[in-house]
Amino acid sequence: MADFGYKIQEDRQINYDSNDRTLFYFLKRVEPSISLCIGCGTCSATCTAGQFTQFDLHKIMLYVRRGEKVHIANEIKKCMLCGKCSLVCPKGINTRNIIFQTRKFIHSNK
Amino acid sequence: MSKSVIVIGGGIAGMEASAYLSAMGFNVTLFEKDEKLGGHLLNWERLFPTKRLGSEVLTFLKKGMDDKIKVHTNSNITKINSENGKYFVTNDNNEIFEADALLITTGYDLFDARRKEEYGYGIYDNVITSAELETMFLSGKPIVNKQGKVPKRIGFVHCVGSRDRKVGNVYCSKVCCVTAVKQATEIREHLPECETYCFYMDLRMYGAKFEELYNEAQEKYGVTFIRGRLSEANETIDGSLLVKVEDTLVGRPLKMTVDLLVLMVGFEPSKGTKDIAKILNLSTNSNGFIEVADEHTLTNVTNLKGVFVAGTTTSPRTITNTINDARAAAAEIACYLNLYTIQSRNN
Repeated sequence: MADFGYKIQEDRQINYDSNDRTLFYFLKRVEPSISLCIGCGTCSATCTAGQFTQFDLHKIMLYVRRGEKVHIANEIKKCMLCGKCSLVCPKGINTRNIIFQTRKFIHSNK
Repeated sequence: MSKSVIVIGGGIAGMEASAYLSAMGFNVTLFEKDEKLGGHLLNWERLFPTKRLGSEVLTFLKKGMDDKIKVHTNSNITKINSENGKYFVTNDNNEIFEADALLITTGYDLFDARRKEEYGYGIYDNVITSAELETMFLSGKPIVNKQGKVPKRIGFVHCVGSRDRKVGNVYCSKVCCVTAVKQATEIREHLPECETYCFYMDLRMYGAKFEELYNEAQEKYGVTFIRGRLSEANETIDGSLLVKVEDTLVGRPLKMTVDLLVLMVGFEPSKGTKDIAKILNLSTNSNGFIEVADEHTLTNVTNLKGVFVAGTTTSPRTITNTINDARAAAAEIACYLNLYTIQSRNN
């Protein structure tokens, strides 16, 4: 068939009602400080992995909170667990543990 | 004979200023348009950031109101004349009262949410205002929506009628952010199963213990904050509301249904404030509140000699700041009436 270059655009809206937030509820239980994130971006600014790859912790966490599908398993691999993000977080969020727990969750749900 | 002061408006500022002025030995007459003293405080169950009862503050204010203060409730001012440094105030009973100074504490009215038509207040059953939610708390009755169902998800919309050029109010109303945080945590206390969402532009947690309440709301109460201003709310077939908002932290539009939508209505100069400004020819500022002589140093002084202001008559403010402002106004009036030399700074 001839390709006319048209395609159907996917809906960009976050559908909060139908999204699955299981991972977020799990993280909230094991690391309640996750709720304190205000998206200031300090963690991402200090992140060594983020300097060389497309890795943005606060953005990934925001997607997890909204129940948006991200390739979380691939994304989270980029982190080297250095913990600099935990040191700089103004809200005292244990970001390192969030990543650690996310890996555990992914591993146990394989 | 001691000098006399007429205070117009029996809310928080009017009560506290009257108490101080009377304690300082002035003859105080207080006018209130409603049946009871207390103003808006009568309609709020608990106060931010501590969630103590509003009635406790009212009790404190009442204790200051000694027997010497002449209180006229259900009384509106129709005319004010001034002659030789004295003011003659006429009420709607055609009684005339004389005073050496006037204090205007006519305060604010809440923004009429119907003016933000896109949020559906007055159109959809389950869109209510923050004041109406407070009435629900105050009534002690179960929190239910218009269909009598216990809500599973409630949304709070910040800045309704504030910071909004479209409705003519560019200013911040100062109390709505923290009120939303307070009410969202209260909902979680009343209904632990109910999810709560705050839709905000930015959170202004400037006061003592505000930020702590915000942190508590996030961590302890699980209130979710979504940065973005609602574009619209639409009623669904079961009476819940579909809200649309740009989640500006994610950078994508978001939609969700809520069972109850609470609009955090802001402050506007009250009808009483506008009426008195007209009667006296008081200057008003670009926001419609009474203009003060100097924003930093003369915040209780107006363009008219002997006419002073306090509380939310000049701008939105918290109860804490209103009480402080009322005492400041009492001190300012005392300096004026007693001809203290410090007064000369004002000219």
